[in-house]
Amino acid sequence: MDERTIPKVEMRGISKSFPGVLANDCVDLVLYRGEVLALLGENGAGKSTLMNILCGLYRPDAGEIYIDGRLAAIQSPRDAQKLGIGMVHQNFKLVDSMTVLENIILGLDTESFVPDWNKVRARLMDLSARYHLKVDPDASIWQLSVGEQQRVEILKLLYRNAEILILDEPTAVLTPQESRELSRVVHAMRAEGKSAIFITHKMEEVTEFSDRVMVLRKGKVVAETSTRNTSPRELATLMVGREILFQIEKQPRQPGEVVLELDHVSALNDRGLPALKDVCLSLHAGEVLGIAGVAGNGQRELAEVVTGLRKATSGTLRIAGKDMTNASPLQIIRQGVAHIPQDRASVGAVGDLSVASNLAMKQYRSKPLAAGIFLLPRRIMDMARRLIDAFRIATPSPQTQVKFLSGGNIQKTILAREIGAVKTVMVAVYPSRGLDVGATETVRRQLVAQRDNGLGVLFFSEDLEELLQVSDRIAVLFEGRIMDVFPAEGADMEHIGMLMAGMSGKESA
Amino acid sequence: MRIVFEKRKTTSVAAMVLVPVVSFLVSLVLTAILLLVFGADPLKTFAAMAAGAFGNIHGFSETLVKSIPLMLTGLGVGIAFRLKFWNIGAEGQLTLGGVAAAGIALFMEPFLPGRSLLWAAVLGGMLAGALWAGISALLKTSLKVDETLVTLMMNYIAILYSEYLYYGPWRDPKGYGFPGSRMFSEAAWLPRLFGRAHAGLWVALILAVVLWIVFKRTRWGFELQIIGASQKAARYQGIAVERNIVLAIMLSGAICGLAGAFEVTGISHRLQQGLSIGYGYTAIIVAWMSQLNPLAVPFVALALGGLAVGGDQIQFVMGLPAAMGVVMQGLILFPMLAGSLFTEYRVKVLRREPAAACTA
Repeated sequence: MDERTIPKVEMRGISKSFPGVLANDCVDLVLYRGEVLALLGENGAGKSTLMNILCGLYRPDAGEIYIDGRLAAIQSPRDAQKLGIGMVHQNFKLVDSMTVLENIILGLDTESFVPDWNKVRARLMDLSARYHLKVDPDASIWQLSVGEQQRVEILKLLYRNAEILILDEPTAVLTPQESRELSRVVHAMRAEGKSAIFITHKMEEVTEFSDRVMVLRKGKVVAETSTRNTSPRELATLMVGREILFQIEKQPRQPGEVVLELDHVSALNDRGLPALKDVCLSLHAGEVLGIAGVAGNGQRELAEVVTGLRKATSGTLRIAGKDMTNASPLQIIRQGVAHIPQDRASVGAVGDLSVASNLAMKQYRSKPLAAGIFLLPRRIMDMARRLIDAFRIATPSPQTQVKFLSGGNIQKTILAREIGAVKTVMVAVYPSRGLDVGATETVRRQLVAQRDNGLGVLFFSEDLEELLQVSDRIAVLFEGRIMDVFPAEGADMEHIGMLMAGMSGKESA
Repeated sequence: MRIVFEKRKTTSVAAMVLVPVVSFLVSLVLTAILLLVFGADPLKTFAAMAAGAFGNIHGFSETLVKSIPLMLTGLGVGIAFRLKFWNIGAEGQLTLGGVAAAGIALFMEPFLPGRSLLWAAVLGGMLAGALWAGISALLKTSLKVDETLVTLMMNYIAILYSEYLYYGPWRDPKGYGFPGSRMFSEAAWLPRLFGRAHAGLWVALILAVVLWIVFKRTRWGFELQIIGASQKAARYQGIAVERNIVLAIMLSGAICGLAGAFEVTGISHRLQQGLSIGYGYTAIIVAWMSQLNPLAVPFVALALGGLAVGGDQIQFVMGLPAAMGVVMQGLILFPMLAGSLFTEYRVKVLRREPAAACTA
């Protein structure tokens, strides 16, 4: 470290607690000019809390922040903005109905009452060209893809002359191509002398994006090193605090009879446009069928048709041999189909209800949790305690509201409940998305365990490596069609990538 | 040093009891200030109010007369609020329940011998309330029409319709021009306990216990809880969301309709002016002060009923305007709303530690 340079940002002894958790425990952070720092840690390690303190959303219980060597009193995001600090949050803070241009100057007090739109536009286009952030200034936000919205967020910060950019898990919502573009943008900003802090829990991104990496675990800094001097495996171990098994051991496949069959099924999406086109699939007992594809190619609709949440417009759905086409969700639950939904916070779990209630939500209708029309609260609590132990759900008590749990523990709660209810088919939609290494491992293991127990697992994932590791067979979905189905063993990633992009294997050869 | 509000992980039971009680006390203090402005002795006034509402058998029976419809409508709207369905139509549901009960009591006597007339009137009142509320639930679940507006506007329809009836076709020809129907036959009178207090009290108390059991201990109650918290999650768990909302809101309306049926069969014995005097709106206060807990509803309703009767009393005893009781009722709500902060948050005093403490 160069003693003569004054750090751009220095956070000293930052502590912050929330009810029941010490989110940051005496954290020191240093960021230099023209540097990209990766902030690595599991869910709930305190990364976002620390950054929310830096950008003025939270106030620390203790600790000090120095910007350019001067003690800074950051009381609000406005203060942070004046100091050149800007953050791109996981959930974008844009106004959907306004245009890109309007969003850019929203909240700026340097603009006059009637903004000079030509000037704003010229400045925006200049920034857009300089940092390779292509965007249509007159498009409304709702018309933009997630990747484009993220570009608007970054442009917004650059427009405000941000010198310190905080990106909170920016790649979680991006396609691989968009991620690569983002890395170019970050490097361009660094070349201009700007600094960036990059929150992530993906090891590959640390090497791709950053100069230095700081690892947080349970609110404490456990390591800080130059990115060049470390390896993904070392980082993973530091992050979780134990060795991670990247490989899952699987028994040889022993497929049984067909448990789920889709016969020329078509369905519409929420906007009434065709989302599934003539899909034919069969899933055997004791098998994981992986569904590959870029998000938005009919995955959600496929999962919803199978679980009865969406009507099929044509075709037949059979579960364990029975025709269940357009059966109600309850009828399909009664066939023993469990579902880990894509949207875990608002569909999979109910934040305002307790962990115990959430665990009971699938089986409260029958024994042993209910007797006739009555619930048996003591049995529900017993079951909840048992599942909390078995799945190592980190919660202060079974009565704690689910909204206070971290993302990984919410997902474990859903997993525990659905595994308890499954009898024929498990539908898992992006079950490990956004989870840390430890929770991801639990999820993958449990899915494979279900397969070994003789269930059929329909497994949706965007992570090809994960898909190949967990699945027995893979089906590629593109624009609502099944492009191909083939065994996972020996499958070629390039080939899958081609199919995901809509090119059939033969053309690419 | 800094004071912060920290969100509680579980709602505090102590706060849930203390907040309404302290709110009541704060409202007493606020009212006392107002009384001093009027030149009245607050302590004497409060004593007069308490004596008027609870101090003698007559006053207490009048307090019950006002409390019973508040209990029932409070329980009724509470069901809807648990689903985050803002039924502010209790007044209309009560009125229509009264109209239906009166219609049956007035015109079905030839077909319904003896006490069956009363039973039919009460059930008819419930049915009317259920259907009236059901319209708003159907509009909400099938066409996403905002229930707040629908239930509110339907109040006016119901109230004006009842006025039309007792000013028009149902008006008692021997009533000396008094707006009201003729009196029901005694077969349709609800038994009285003492004074004007009637047997509706027992129904309200039993209903409070039954609803508590339904909410806390039955599968249906659990389903309603899930629907209230997240409709998307409920649908995903295989719960028939729309059907259950309609059923729950009809139950809500039925209980409000029951309140109206008791008003006509228990108190006035005819359909007349004064059936709808705002119970359905005060019910909203009752429901929130009880924190949507059915077991708390009878106590809160009794307190608010006593306030209304006590307010009338001070008019005679102290020469103060009767509206003072209504003012107090309003003054309770402010500390209640402010106090709900403490059921969700705890207050914590932070002492700033120097950063150096970290090295330890």
